Amino acid sequence: MALRLPSKVLKHILSFIDSNEDRNSVSLVCKSWFETERKTRKRVFVGNCYAVTPAAVARRFPEMRSLTLKGKPHFADYNLVPDGWGGYACPWIEAMAAKSPSLEEIRLKRMVVTDECLERIAASFKDFKVLVLTSCEGFSTDGIAAIASTCRNLRVLELRECIVEDLGGDWLSYFPETSTSLVSLDFSCLDSEVKISDLERLVSRSPNLKSLKLNPAVTLDGLVSILRRAPQLTELGTGSFAAELKPEAFTKLSKAFSNCKQLQSLSGLWDVLPEYLPALYSVCPGLTSLNLSYATVRMPDLVELLRRCSKLQKLWVMDLIEDKGLEAVASYCKELRELRVFPSEPDLDATNIPVTEQGLVYVSKGCRKLESVLYFCVQFTNAALITIARKRPNLKCFRLCVIEPFAPDYKTNEPLDKGFKAIAEGCKDLRRLSVSGLLSDKAFKYIGKHAKKVRMLSIAFAGDSDLMLHHLLSGCQSLKKLEIRDCPFGDTALLENAAKLETMRSLWMSSCFVSFGACKLLSQKMPRLNVEVIDEHPPKTRPESSPVERIYIYRTVAGPRMDTPEFVWTLHKNPEIGVSKLAIK
Amino acid sequence: MSESVVAAEHDYIGLSEFPTMETTTTTMSDKTKTRDNNNDGLNFRATELRLGLPGSESPERVDTRFLSLNKTSCPVSGAKRVFSDAINESNKWVFSPGSTTATGDAGSGSGPGSSVVKDGKSTTFSKPAVPVKEKKSSATAPASKAQVVGWPPIRSFRKNSMASSQSQKPGNNSETEDAEAKSGPEQQPCLYVKVSMEGAPYLRKIDLKTYKSYLELSSALEKMFSCFTIGQFGSHGGCGRDGLNESRLTDLLRCSEYVVTYEDEDSDWMLVGDVPWEMFICSCKKLKIMKSSEAIGLAPRVMEKCRSRN
Repeated sequence: MALRLPSKVLKHILSFIDSNEDRNSVSLVCKSWFETERKTRKRVFVGNCYAVTPAAVARRFPEMRSLTLKGKPHFADYNLVPDGWGGYACPWIEAMAAKSPSLEEIRLKRMVVTDECLERIAASFKDFKVLVLTSCEGFSTDGIAAIASTCRNLRVLELRECIVEDLGGDWLSYFPETSTSLVSLDFSCLDSEVKISDLERLVSRSPNLKSLKLNPAVTLDGLVSILRRAPQLTELGTGSFAAELKPEAFTKLSKAFSNCKQLQSLSGLWDVLPEYLPALYSVCPGLTSLNLSYATVRMPDLVELLRRCSKLQKLWVMDLIEDKGLEAVASYCKELRELRVFPSEPDLDATNIPVTEQGLVYVSKGCRKLESVLYFCVQFTNAALITIARKRPNLKCFRLCVIEPFAPDYKTNEPLDKGFKAIAEGCKDLRRLSVSGLLSDKAFKYIGKHAKKVRMLSIAFAGDSDLMLHHLLSGCQSLKKLEIRDCPFGDTALLENAAKLETMRSLWMSSCFVSFGACKLLSQKMPRLNVEVIDEHPPKTRPESSPVERIYIYRTVAGPRMDTPEFVWTLHKNPEIGVSKLAIK
Repeated sequence: MSESVVAAEHDYIGLSEFPTMETTTTTMSDKTKTRDNNNDGLNFRATELRLGLPGSESPERVDTRFLSLNKTSCPVSGAKRVFSDAINESNKWVFSPGSTTATGDAGSGSGPGSSVVKDGKSTTFSKPAVPVKEKKSSATAPASKAQVVGWPPIRSFRKNSMASSQSQKPGNNSETEDAEAKSGPEQQPCLYVKVSMEGAPYLRKIDLKTYKSYLELSSALEKMFSCFTIGQFGSHGGCGRDGLNESRLTDLLRCSEYVVTYEDEDSDWMLVGDVPWEMFICSCKKLKIMKSSEAIGLAPRVMEKCRSRN
């Protein structure tokens, strides 16, 4: 008792601790530390909205000011989760409105948000400041208008890649007429035109605006006029660059950009014509982040631009950059930390993807600080992977998408086992890994053994047998999220390693060989897991051995979900029959 | 699964284990389809790829998931399109609702014993041994290449943005998609329109080019939005039974509370189905499924139809 730290002192100490992981550890020390910690936590992160009830979160953290929630599993981004699965924001908003009215910030990812929800947010949180919706859907611009008009202290409104029912550009005029406190506005995912005059006026009366991301409907002229009014911007997402190339338009654009002396991040650039790129040259030396992934510009023009970006840390680009362009990046952009290369033709017919493994090798060799990679290409080699691992042991995130499923090392015709072994062994700080190409169980043995810090692992079209899953679940000490599609394994490994699942946030398996019986068994044996069988085409009767289309397993203290749609089976809903009821009856 | 991992097993050109698939793949020069077959052959050696409806007796696994060959890159759940594929591709396929799932039932809105038929022919759907690929090669070419759902893993948002930007640059990367046999505007590779439905929490985007007729469109829409109309179709049990010669769209109109409308280039809201299909896809900007009661001003014919039938 004499050694007890007074809670005031502890409170003071905790005020310096922001990381939730650390705070989680603190809260495990003893009851009084738990109490002090929970009463001081301001930023709450819930990685799976079904892992815990909103009420429990509100109860535990009375001083919550910021809530971040994630809903659907990651593979929902690629249409693997049927519509209507879940991830509804409303129950959370309702609970917070009742219990945490001082909430100021809400960040949602992959959730279904309705207009009513947004209106509730606007009405319930008096000092609401930040709304960030990433990959969300279910709302319209009316909901946005409600936020804009009611939240007088709104600082951040970002709609990132959401599916929004766009009822027109009026929402922009709903911001308060007096000066706003806007710091960041992102409406790049909206389709319809906003009135340029509304936008100009908004920008003029938002002196704190630092980040502005326009939608493609904003023209070059509009952009120029906005830039004139907001030269203080540090982040800019342009509108569409498709406009007739007139000399005076180019000069105006150039001048507008050259006045933006604080610009660090540039994105948008839809339909950018290469002739307009030189207008950006003046801001290049200051850029730390450049998103050219929607710019269908060819390599020579890209290189001209990129060779001026010596401070660049983050580059997103299309494969039109080619290996040669990446070689240039390797020599000019020495500060590069993150590289993403997207395919210009998102098709399986990937014969003409202009980047090969060589491009990534160049960058790995030349950019010492490179730690995050997302790379799409047609094929790869073990040698390249080994080089990358050797040169860049500091990689934290390595996502390689060899577009052709089962593509072996095209030089040796071997699986890419050795290559990924090198990555797993060499990159000791690797936290996120996506593998592709031809892989055998051996690859997963290596990964299981060596990828000690990997938290998220994505696998597609890989492996030979159940052994692969076994290697992963019995290894990978830090594994939190595992997502697998189209791999040939099922029950044995899953059931043998069931305990592992409670140490993870979630496991997704689709188009594998997991049987219905195994799902039922797992549900019965592991009450602290929610096991969801997601079958859009369930058979009329389900023998134990019939394979399921998708299975989503996650740990939870919230108990079974009450909002599952018809096509989701859970033990709770159908303990005996286990047949998903049909949606229409 | 075989233990040894030798490259020789992974023969991309043909699959020795599956003669049926091999013959079909060799008729296709499209490398994509070859690759798709590889996926099936390598992954599911023990399972023949079949268009087996759930419920059809199959001692082995019914590999319906690999039928989720999404025809386009539009954000429609691939699995849902299996059955619309079945209707779209071949005029012989028929649903016997007794063995279909929700989506099938939604379409026919009927009980056991009836079938939705195309072309007046009634062919009972029995256990097929026809791989999906073969079906696809014999039918008219699909609107765009066969793809595996969600592969390569690119977010729908990005796919859509690229699709719409591609449509503005006809010469750039879009030749392959233009080559599809489709009536209607050839310049654009895809024609994405938003589809919203009253009361639905979110809207969808579809590629009009993947459909060849109102029939296909309506069945696709039904499937997409069927989860929001629980009870609507089912409660009108008698409908659709004699839909032999009528478009499904009419059934939809007649039997449910919903009509499908679209916004045309002049920003007028019109009833879907009035103009020839080619004209429709040229002028359609947006689709909306609204309650019949709200569509009264738009479509007096709807009401007339309802009255005359009931």
